[in-house]
Amino acid sequence: MSLTVPVDLGLALLLLGLAVWVIATSATYRAAEGFIAYGLVLALVWVRLGSVDVALTEAALGSGLTGLLLLRAAARLPPDDPAEAARPGRGIRVLAALLCAVVTAGLATVVLLLPEPAPTLAPAAAANLPATGVGNPVTGVLLAYRAIDTLGESIVLVLALVGLWALAPDAAWGGRPGALRTPPAGSALRFLAQVLPPFGILVGIHLLWIGADHPGGKFQGATVLAAMWVLVIVAGLRQPPAVTSRSMRWLVVAGSLLFVAIGIAGIWLAEAFLAYPDGLAKPFILAIEAALTLSVAVILGLLLAGPPEAEPPSTGARS
Amino acid sequence: MMPAQDIFTVAAVSLGSLFFLAGTVGLLRFPDTLTRLHALTKADNLGLGLVVLGLLPQVSSPLGWIGLVAVWLLALLAGATVGQLVAGAVRPPIGTPARPGDPRA
Repeated sequence: MSLTVPVDLGLALLLLGLAVWVIATSATYRAAEGFIAYGLVLALVWVRLGSVDVALTEAALGSGLTGLLLLRAAARLPPDDPAEAARPGRGIRVLAALLCAVVTAGLATVVLLLPEPAPTLAPAAAANLPATGVGNPVTGVLLAYRAIDTLGESIVLVLALVGLWALAPDAAWGGRPGALRTPPAGSALRFLAQVLPPFGILVGIHLLWIGADHPGGKFQGATVLAAMWVLVIVAGLRQPPAVTSRSMRWLVVAGSLLFVAIGIAGIWLAEAFLAYPDGLAKPFILAIEAALTLSVAVILGLLLAGPPEAEPPSTGARS
Repeated sequence: MMPAQDIFTVAAVSLGSLFFLAGTVGLLRFPDTLTRLHALTKADNLGLGLVVLGLLPQVSSPLGWIGLVAVWLLALLAGATVGQLVAGAVRPPIGTPARPGDPRA
């Protein structure tokens, strides 16, 4: 006890300090780097709060994937930082700071005013968990009690990809995503891209599989799988598929389609949309998780790979 | 009196933390990218290795040992690759023409 208090205090101060630094720093690239560090410290905080599921998601998606997207966006901006010139006026910035402060104060008030003990649905969720057949309450909530939310999330990801592809100029349509095209990679990166994927794929499937009973699950597993795919693309060992590839498009929608199909089947089998028939809840949940993992991994990889670009005249010569 | 395995854990993890501390000081104080990289990879390789070594006696299952050692080996692989990439970014491989800003130029 005596040792954990300084550690928690240090983590909290570090988190606040990083948050202030990310907002205060003017260089876009540094802000993106700070955001990645912020996400990793936040993941540690979630571990200290006992929410390992959230910590894994924060580290994989919040820090890793979002950080990479931000870094690439920062790298694409011209070096003389037009964001600086287009900075909103003092009035707007003061207004934004005020609004953020009000939201923070409101949240803090709500948390501090909670009755002791705080109202919670956790005992009810835990009591009904055996009916779902899974041992991890987070997975139970995501795929049984609140399956409609997860279904919405999986469809939002497909829509995000459609939105990204819509940014492609007409001439580039049908080409391959080009944002990960890099100058010819050195031998070290190619070696890593050849050695790491078998382990990464194993870890991704492991995260999905233990997600039924322990912290883990489809989003965490899918992010690791997507990272392996992106590593192979960045090292130049494989190219991302052209956006017109039909098999890839089926992979993108497979998870959501299976989820909707099982949900509709529930109307006849269990008398409600997205309800699972008695005794079959776990196999259905696992099937949805597996299909969603594959789809989410493909979607995340394609989101990182960017909109399609016209094929360059000589491949790989862009620097 | 602590059991011998606990003493070993405390000693190895403390030594590992010392390497992390030294590596961090080096990262902050060393003059250029290549020497800072040296400090960083030492902290990762030796510091993490000693922490993992110290934690091994605390784990009872063989799968746990394999997991811990795998974490260290993967960190080694990632650290070595990132070191190569960062070093390659500041200093092109030997045998290529020097670019502006190259310390050899």
